[in-house]
Amino acid sequence: MRVRYLPLLATMTVFAALFVTGGVFYKHFFTTLVLGHILADNAFIIIAAIGTTFVILSGGIDLSIGSMIGFVGVVMANLDAAGWHPLASAALMLAFGLAYGAFQGFVIDFCKVQPFIITLAGLFLLRGACFMVNIDSVPLRHPFVDAFADLYIPFPTGGFLTSSAMVMLAALAAAVVIAHFTRFGAKVYAIGGDPASAELMGVPARRTIVSVYALGGFYSALGGVIYALYTSSGYPLAGTGNELSAIAAVVLGGTLLSGGVGLVAGTLFGGMILGLISTLINFNGSLNSAWIMISGGALLFVFIVIQKLLVSSFGLGRAS
Amino acid sequence: MTSDQPPRVELVGISKAFAGVPALDRVDFTLHPGEVHALLGENGAGKSTLIKIMTGALAADAGEMRLDGRAVAVGSTAEARALGISTVYQEVNLVPTLSVARNVTLGREPRRFGLISWRAAREKARARLKRLSLEIDVERALGSFPVAVQQLVAIARALEEDSRVLVLDEPTASLDAQETRLLFRILRDLKAQGMAVVFISHFLDQVYEISDRISVLRNGRLVGSAATAALPQRELITLMLGRELERVEQRAAAAPKAAGAPVLAAEKLGRRRWIEPFDLVLRAGEAIGLAGLLGSGRTETAKLIFGAVRADSGRLTLDGAPLGHASPRRALRRGIAFCPEDRKAEGLVLDLSVRENILLALQTKRGWLRPLPRDEQRRLAEAMIEALGIATSDAEKPVGQLSGGNQQKVVLARALASKPRVLVLDEPTRGIDVGAHAEIVALVRRLCAEGLALLVASSELDEIVAVSDRVAVLRDRRIVGEIAGAEITRETIIELIAGG
Repeated sequence: MRVRYLPLLATMTVFAALFVTGGVFYKHFFTTLVLGHILADNAFIIIAAIGTTFVILSGGIDLSIGSMIGFVGVVMANLDAAGWHPLASAALMLAFGLAYGAFQGFVIDFCKVQPFIITLAGLFLLRGACFMVNIDSVPLRHPFVDAFADLYIPFPTGGFLTSSAMVMLAALAAAVVIAHFTRFGAKVYAIGGDPASAELMGVPARRTIVSVYALGGFYSALGGVIYALYTSSGYPLAGTGNELSAIAAVVLGGTLLSGGVGLVAGTLFGGMILGLISTLINFNGSLNSAWIMISGGALLFVFIVIQKLLVSSFGLGRAS
Repeated sequence: MTSDQPPRVELVGISKAFAGVPALDRVDFTLHPGEVHALLGENGAGKSTLIKIMTGALAADAGEMRLDGRAVAVGSTAEARALGISTVYQEVNLVPTLSVARNVTLGREPRRFGLISWRAAREKARARLKRLSLEIDVERALGSFPVAVQQLVAIARALEEDSRVLVLDEPTASLDAQETRLLFRILRDLKAQGMAVVFISHFLDQVYEISDRISVLRNGRLVGSAATAALPQRELITLMLGRELERVEQRAAAAPKAAGAPVLAAEKLGRRRWIEPFDLVLRAGEAIGLAGLLGSGRTETAKLIFGAVRADSGRLTLDGAPLGHASPRRALRRGIAFCPEDRKAEGLVLDLSVRENILLALQTKRGWLRPLPRDEQRRLAEAMIEALGIATSDAEKPVGQLSGGNQQKVVLARALASKPRVLVLDEPTRGIDVGAHAEIVALVRRLCAEGLALLVASSELDEIVAVSDRVAVLRDRRIVGEIAGAEITRETIIELIAGG
């Protein structure tokens, strides 16, 4: 067993344990139906979190995700009202996400400033832009939206894999290939591990950083597209706080916030754990929904401590 | 190595200036296949500039480079690599979080159908490490291996299949004796395969152990090049330190003073890879000099005594009572003060005012819960400014705006404000002009006369000779001798450094 798979294993174990626990306490919990719902409900945030995984692996952070999700939905809804086909507006918004991410990456590398502050600016800018476009929720009425929602693959035991979950899995597969089987992916890990050394080893810092944030922007725009299609509306407050859930999903998935260590597949389980917690608490019915955030927070604490221990006992991090 | 074969690398008349200041002046350098050629010189002698020109990182202003007899122009590090010139820099410049295989192949991963084949990458890494007789698990994170192995992985990464020249910049700086032996065994293997190796190091014993030829640079000039066997250590050190600066300053008190009571004593104090265990006694009213070449362990000794770095063997006693675990805060509270070598990085907070900088150590000694009253602060700062003759318009000026000499005085003032009994100075006159230099030396002597126990580490022999009552001489991270009184001259110190 390789050390770098341990965090992923831990995440998967927690997911399985939570799922089984739910099954013990509640009837009809341990079913593919529930699993399918969790996948569908959290597809958009997992997609965005996959992009964030690259950003965090490179040693950065992206706070503009939630606003990007909201902005994409609002623009798509307005273009829908103007008669655009949702696929056309989605393509436009994906291009926008890519370009905006690249812009953030360029500023971060060109000015050598903390990604935190640049993407915080993005958070405000894009959220503000949402309200400039419109203040109310606008529905998407194009028949394609319903057709998309009706598309699903049934599971043998009554569950189903929705179209949004399918898009998420495809996005994940692409991300796994990019992260683990391309030279670009190898460079992202190198830059996140030690930027100075990586540069001396011939990794082009600017190109890599710009590409990483462009990828992050693309994935968060894709998350926004899926969210808009899933809710068939564009709402200027959509996605508020989602950047933090995405970061939580990445960290729960075993990726080190300091960069350089982690697996893209972990983010899927990280996001699923968050979804599973809220489903569990909803199933209970009598528990205050505040428990969703409390459990998420507690789990984060535990995971970060575990990661710290793993890092120091296996020398994964920098020897200080 | 036959003499009719053209040299592997020949540098002829290389000159290079930075902003008009010459860094290299018509330097010739010849490297033969199957040879380990040591390049020596103190800081700023031009070693790294020469290496950077050879490896394409810098362009020379004048001169020619020939490879196997053919003139070549190396415009970039990539071009140098393509010509078979591989370089490994001082620090291990690899990514500790990545696996060994990823580190070796980063940017050159073998691909199949556009995607990386990690199986092939692992094979490639194993093959390269095998050339260095290293068989390790290439899938483990690099950071989990000892530094020596990391150093070898760096060499494995640098060595292409067709590499003909290997440049090693201080490869043994962070290795211990056993790890160094491993590296040398591999260097000898490479040498036997015909590799030409440039070896930069300040460990003279290692230079004599591994090199076939030695070239010495000083102030950008080649001052000597000879077969190692034909160059005794004494001569080498004289070459490195130079003769033209020989103006022995008259010491103020040639007669040995009656030494005061021992204040701080180190017994078998040491730290692995840092400094060999040593004994040293500091007495009140006595100044001890730490002399040695660059990298001999001067700063290391000073930092261990102060407690900036924790020792892993031996103990320190203050007035006969052992000091527990070392830490700067504890040292300050017990009356030991330290002025570090690199005042910008370690000694001063440049954006804070003169007053705030002076009071830092004193506040640390008192503890943060008992802040000094503002008036008291100003009074103290002004007293110090006057006592040390710090040229500043007022106490509230940011330290970054003062000249080098005055900054150094602020460092001293800060140390003195806490009324220490022991003061450790590391390179107290580095980077300051001649006038300020003399002032600082006079100041050190005065402090000593007032009963302070002083430890002064310096790369300048004249300074050591001028201030010290006793001198501990260091070589290769070991104290190799102690001299006192009239014995303290440039000659005796050089003799000790040379091991004569």
